[in-house]
Amino acid sequence: MGIYLPIAEISVNVFVLLAMGAAVGFLSGMFGVGGGFLITPLLIFYNIPPAIAVATGANQVIASSFSGALSHFKRGTLDFKLGGVLLAGGIVGSTAGIYVFALLRRLGQLDLFISLLYVALLGTVGGLMLVESVNALRASRSGAAPVLKKSGQHNWIHRLPFKMRFRASKLFVSVIPVLGLGAAIGFLSSIMGVGGGFIMVPALIYLLKVPTNVVIGTSLFQIIFTSAYTTLVHATTNQTVDVILAFLLMAGGVAGAQYGAKAGQRLRGEQLRALLALLVLAVAIRLAIDLFATPPNRYSLAGLT
Amino acid sequence: MAGLRAFAATVSFSLLFALSPAAAQTPPAVESIQIGLSTDAISITAGFSGADLTIFGSLENPDPLVSRQGRYDVIVVLEGPPRPVVVRRKDRVLGVWINLESETFDNVPVSYSVATTRPLQDIAEPTKYKQLSLGPQNLYMKPAVETDSPATIEEFTAALRERKTATGLYSENVGGVQFLSQSLFRATVRLAPNIPVGTHKARAFLFKSGMFVKESSAQLEIRKSGFEQSIFRVAHDYSFLYGVFAVSLAMLTGWLGRIVFRKD
Repeated sequence: MGIYLPIAEISVNVFVLLAMGAAVGFLSGMFGVGGGFLITPLLIFYNIPPAIAVATGANQVIASSFSGALSHFKRGTLDFKLGGVLLAGGIVGSTAGIYVFALLRRLGQLDLFISLLYVALLGTVGGLMLVESVNALRASRSGAAPVLKKSGQHNWIHRLPFKMRFRASKLFVSVIPVLGLGAAIGFLSSIMGVGGGFIMVPALIYLLKVPTNVVIGTSLFQIIFTSAYTTLVHATTNQTVDVILAFLLMAGGVAGAQYGAKAGQRLRGEQLRALLALLVLAVAIRLAIDLFATPPNRYSLAGLT
Repeated sequence: MAGLRAFAATVSFSLLFALSPAAAQTPPAVESIQIGLSTDAISITAGFSGADLTIFGSLENPDPLVSRQGRYDVIVVLEGPPRPVVVRRKDRVLGVWINLESETFDNVPVSYSVATTRPLQDIAEPTKYKQLSLGPQNLYMKPAVETDSPATIEEFTAALRERKTATGLYSENVGGVQFLSQSLFRATVRLAPNIPVGTHKARAFLFKSGMFVKESSAQLEIRKSGFEQSIFRVAHDYSFLYGVFAVSLAMLTGWLGRIVFRKD
């Protein structure tokens, strides 16, 4: 069944989009990630213009993070104060990102920049995760107890000024790294159409030493608002949010996520992480091939915006 | 009164003919061309997959002899609204293909669909088309920066034509104009699936033995209609409200999805 996307201005198959949403939703439920970093490249592979894929990806992320944050809110594993400070940084970063986005679009370098950012980030994150999970798998096979990092260990981040107390996270830390992290995620959200959970979660755990149980809820909470803001600004400045496309992805996504979460409970943590790492690397490699392969046509046309 | 005056004019006119029959034949009455569109606006829906548009026209005062020998040629053009266009060229930098060089052109018709009686090269000399800026290959593209080197401008102009032809926006329908009688003709121009909305211009060019005689034009408005088009319009005209709607829809879907599919 074909449907015409009003903003992307192409005809697509409804079932392909629903399946794409469901597959990414399944993975995001299984691995506890938002899935924006998979949706946007998949849309680009499906010939959706990158500018629209990014803005619509941000819109789709709202749905999955909202439903995720609701369950964390009910369980009380959500630090509103920490989320709020992250969000303040996020708004600044997102605004900067939108300006860069519009500028690159005018220069004709947007598609390249999006692909490069994806290849670099997914390649790094996927590579690190793969190394870490393979090491963990080896260690558990040889029977050695996993080496846990001692909590309460302080690094340079804890010596910065302007400290603030976050009760729910049992944290007393400078606001500078919190705001900076929020801003970086906001910037990526507006340029890549991702929620940024795959960077936020490890950063909160390893850099800020936030207790693991509040990390995901807090990260989801801030992602809702950053991506809502990003969607809103993309809609007003670039008119690149395709509501029909986003809705089809969300509908498939929310359903898939619930089944993914169930399936995830049956797999072990290291195996899950190794699988996710392979998936992330595969997407990065596919995008990299497109960057280096000779394009079918060297010339492209664009209107003046 | 008006009818009477017209009658009087006709009478005096025919009198003149009667008085000097030789003068009426040499010089012969100048041919001209007229086209008519059955409608001045077309609405296409989102699922539009291209169509043929038929334009009827007539020659006025055709010379029967020239007509019999088939030396009248008609070229009909449906020209989309002019817009500025940037043509970019990818080049390899450290192995990666990057948009490097670009050239901006002013007022390039978004679409350009031609129907002709015969292949363009058989109708007139190439220089004629250049003068008239007629035909997808001869259409004049004005570079925004005219100081760029002629070779560059030529390269990008060729690429622009090639891209437009490849996407079906520029097309040529040889044999698309047929004479139904000595003076009546029918032209079939192709509307590409991705035809842009806006004011299109239908133009008809009359050639007699390879010489350009006359041009006539009419306007055609192309609009998009339907649900998808309303969304497009709202997204552009009320972009902030549209954004708010997109965000609310996402939150609602997330919330409903949790209720419907809840597994915890």
